[in-house]
This record gives sequence, C-alpha cells and structure tokens, in this order.
Amino acid sequence: MIRLEAVERIFHVGDEAVHALRGVDLHIEAGSYISIMGPSGSGKSTLLNVLGLLDRPSTGHYHLDGRDVTGLSDEETAAVRRDKVGFVFQFFHLIPRLTAAANIALPMTLAGIAPAQRQVRVAELLHDFGLEARADHRPAELSGGQLQRVAIARAVALNPSVVLADEPTGNLDRATGRDVLALLEELNRRGTTLVIVTHDQEIGARAQRRIVMEDGRIISDQSG
Amino acid sequence: MRPRDNLAYAWQTLRSQPMRSALMMLAMAIGVGSVVVLTALGEGARRYVLDQFSSLGTHLLIVIPGRAETSGGTPGVLSGVTPRDLTLDDAAAVARSRQVARVAPLNVGAAQVSHGARGREAVILGSTAEFLHIRHMRLAAGRFLPPGDPAHAASVCVLGAKMRSELFGAAPVLGAWLRIGDRRFRVIGVLAPQGQQMGFNTDETVVIPVAAAQQLFDTPSLFRIMVEARGRDSVERAKIDIGEILKARHEGEEDVTVVTQDAILSTFDRILGALTLAVAGIAAISLSVAGILIMNVMLISVAQRRSEIGLLKAIGATPATIRRLFFTEAALLSLIGSLLGWLLGWLASLGITWLYPTLHATPPLWAVLAALGMALGMGIVFSLLPARRAARLDAALALARR
Repeated sequence: MIRLEAVERIFHVGDEAVHALRGVDLHIEAGSYISIMGPSGSGKSTLLNVLGLLDRPSTGHYHLDGRDVTGLSDEETAAVRRDKVGFVFQFFHLIPRLTAAANIALPMTLAGIAPAQRQVRVAELLHDFGLEARADHRPAELSGGQLQRVAIARAVALNPSVVLADEPTGNLDRATGRDVLALLEELNRRGTTLVIVTHDQEIGARAQRRIVMEDGRIISDQSG
Repeated sequence: MRPRDNLAYAWQTLRSQPMRSALMMLAMAIGVGSVVVLTALGEGARRYVLDQFSSLGTHLLIVIPGRAETSGGTPGVLSGVTPRDLTLDDAAAVARSRQVARVAPLNVGAAQVSHGARGREAVILGSTAEFLHIRHMRLAAGRFLPPGDPAHAASVCVLGAKMRSELFGAAPVLGAWLRIGDRRFRVIGVLAPQGQQMGFNTDETVVIPVAAAQQLFDTPSLFRIMVEARGRDSVERAKIDIGEILKARHEGEEDVTVVTQDAILSTFDRILGALTLAVAGIAAISLSVAGILIMNVMLISVAQRRSEIGLLKAIGATPATIRRLFFTEAALLSLIGSLLGWLLGWLASLGITWLYPTLHATPPLWAVLAALGMALGMGIVFSLLPARRAARLDAALALARR
C-alpha cells in the first residue's frame, strides 16, 4: 500500500527552481495495476523515482506499507528499496560483463544471500521467464525481449511488493513489447502492485487505473 | 554483500577492462619494483664494504703515526706531518700488552720486481710472520715469512698469486731467486688468490721481511702497525693500552692514532645505510605517483559507470556496499600490482647479482615490507575519494541517461 501526501519535488537548475511535482496526493492499494501517462517533462518519471525511493520529496510525506519512509537515511532507504521495490527500465540496465544468471542473481548477491540459496531462486526465475537456455549468455548475446525478461526476473528476484516499470516496452518491437507486458501483468495477477510509466496510449489503457500527469500535477485519475 | 561476492564482482570488473587494469598494475609494479631494486643495490653495496672489512678480521686495530682530532681518518698521510716515526721497537712494545694477541709492523713501497727478462712494478709489503694471520691470508704453496727477530733482514719473499703467474708462468717457483729493486730475494711461498682487499690487490704484491723493506726503501720508520686484540671485547682496552704504551715511549706525546676496525665499519655502515634509505625514498615517490594514477583512473571509471552504479542502487545496494566495491577494486589492483613489482624487483636483483657476483644485491626485508605496505596504502587511500563519489551518486539522474 502506497500513500503520497502533498508531495513536492523541486529541482534547482542554475538559479531557476523547477517544480517536477506539485502537491501530488496519491493512494495506491496493494495489488493494483496503474499506468502513469503524460507528455515529456510532466513529472511522471520523477513520480516513479519517488515511489521507488530513488528520489526524495522536497516536501510532503511518503508512506510505504504503513511506514513513513520520507526521512530515512541512505542506508535505510536502500534496504527498503531492496525488500519492497523492483525496477524495470526502458534500457534494461543489465551489467554487460555478467551472465544472464548473474544479472538475475545480483539483487540477492547485494543482499548477502548465500550462493546455494541464490542458485535455487535463479533456476526458478530462469524457468518462469523461459530463459533456461540463456543462463550463461551475456547481455550482448541476447535479444531485446530476452534482455527485458532478464531485467524483470532480476526485479522480482527478492519478491518485492511493488514493481515500477519505466517505459518497459519503449525499446522493443510491438510483438515483443506485448510479451513483456503480459509477463508484468501476470506478476500483477499474482498480487504484486504494478506501476507502469508509458507514452503508449494502448498500453496505458490496459491498466485498471490510469493516471495522467501534466506540469507536475495529476490531472486525471480514472479507474475501471 | 558477502566479502567473496564483493571480491568476485571487483575481479570481474577488472577483467572486463584488461588493458586499463594491466596498465594500472604496471604503474604500481614499477613503483614497488624500483624500491626493491634500489634498496637491494644499496644493501648489496653496504654488505660488500662490510665484507671487505670483515675479511681483515674484526679484532683488528691499526696504529697510524700522527695525531688527528677526528678518529677514522688517515692523518699523517693526508697532512704530511708526522711528528715522530713508528719503529720496530714500538711494535715490539705494543706486542707486550696483555690485550694484544698479535702484532705485525708494516712497511709499504713500490719497486721493480724482476725474474730473468720479465719484470714489473709491484707493491712491496714489508712485515713479519704474524702478518699472515692478522690479514687472514692463505698460502697456495710453500711457507710464509719465517718467525724470529723482526730486525733480521732475511732475503726471502712471498709472492702474490698474480705476481707468480706473471713472473714465472707455469715454471716452478719455490726456491727461485728474483730481484726486487737492487736486492735479490729467494721465493719461499706463494699466496692463495684472494683479490681486492682494502684498496690494494694482494694478488699483485710481494711480501718481504720488514727489516728488508726498511733497507730497500731506506727508512727506519714504519707505515703502520697492525694489531690484533685478544678478542672482540678487548679491542677498546687494547686501544687505550696501545695509546699509553706509545705515549710513554714517545716522551709523553700522543702522536699516534689508533683506528679500530669497528669504528671504520660503523662509519661505512652509517653512510651506506643512509644512502639506501635516501634511494628508497626517491623510489617511494614513484609509488605515490602510481597511487595518484589509480585515483585518476578510478575517478574516470566512476564517471563511466554511472548507470551501473545507479542500477546497483536501484536494486538495493547501500552506499556502504558501493564504497566497498570500488575500494575492493583499487585494493585488488594495488595488491596484484605490488606483488608483481616485488617479483620484478626480486628478479632484477637476482640478475644484478648474476652479472656482478661480488655484489650480493638482496633487497632488505624492511624495504620489501615497506614498499608493499606503502603500495597497498596508496591504493587504498587514493580509492577513498572515487569510492565516496560513487556512493554519493544520484541514482535517479544516473539512470535517466543511457
């Protein structure tokens, strides 16, 4: 469960103050499927970063699963991110020198989980995402769809309660994009909260709840 | 993150940029290697000099005519002022001291030595039977000067190894006669080859009785009196004893200088030790340059890997974890680099020793440890700034760019 209260995010570019978010109030129930749309610079990526604790609100409060996470230290924030949030990016952000299996295992490696335990979970994920044959391939040897599947497997390795996807299909062709979206929606069906930022009306329309942003504000919030 | 995973990750990063890693290691290796080689050379020189002195015996005292305020020098010879000569009687008096085991008076001069048609200029040492023991010389054949009254000018001589081969070739030499200056001497012994010793080559000398040398060079005085104390402990007492005996014999005047082996030894030891240290210090500068290089390259690496760092943060890496990753990378680089440098320096020292066998160029342990420690320290200290910069990176910003 996510609750944002009067969240502002102000960037300082030179002498100018840029309001990326202006008084955003948002309540997201656990297990929902939400799309965030809007033109470039509308603040949707900033909102996603705030939700994922990669960015902090300048003012306002953020409650995640009943806990106020606004004023946490960097170390605590990292722990919350690790335990509760999974990220999926437009450009995959896989580490080129690691194999697909090692990339998927990375969050567990960083969390200090024992190698044997990691191996079991990675095997499970490789199976779930149909990547068994690609386990030992490096990112350079994988197709776009495979790359994003590895990235999604990595995002859910530690069973996060929220998956945040920033233009997850933006770098894929239509058919592959649909496959990737189907994977994300399958995660949502199993109970993970899913937030997708996208330009694509067609993709945005698939969500149960559709938020449109403009100029740092939520201008439309439709459900059903 | 587990230490092993941390290490594996850093190692993989280094391996993914083999050229960059190799060059950084090379810089470190050159720094450490130069400390090792230079200190090895310094230490080799120090040992060489100490060995030279030790080969003369460590209980040795040398009595030099003339008086100087500073000990360890060679007065008289340098100043040209010799108030009162040393004589054979002085040597005999010194020999009566209870602290003294042996005494050998010494006269040195140059003269033409000839046998048949062959002849050459050579250093002539005039001394007594005791000289052989005091100077730790060995004989290759025959006998050394006969013991007895040092004032007796027997016409016998002992040849250095090179003199023997140059004057006689392969011909038998014992019992043969040769000419030194205007006198004839019978060869009774040949010294074993032993090379350079304290400035002159004993292989190219001829030893004759001291009285014969005095007649040959027409002088009643001695060049030196070599004294061997009874033991290491009695060297200092012997020095005082000799001073008092000669003062009494020279009408109360302290006109001789007694130099102990230890004094000369410790002076050289100090000089060469300081030299080694200075050279090590210069080499250490190259180490710090290597450290700064590592910092530079790590800073560039942080800039290049912004999106990777952002990703690591997004998937739950704490700032401490990121710091440790970069820190481990730098530590690995400097560790491998410095071990490589140590190996390099060690091989170079072996090479030097192989080329110049008299110079035992072995790097001293303190220098090796200091170089390795400093290299590691440099790598670690200079990785702190890049590691901190990486840990503080704004993940949202880093991920926004491709």
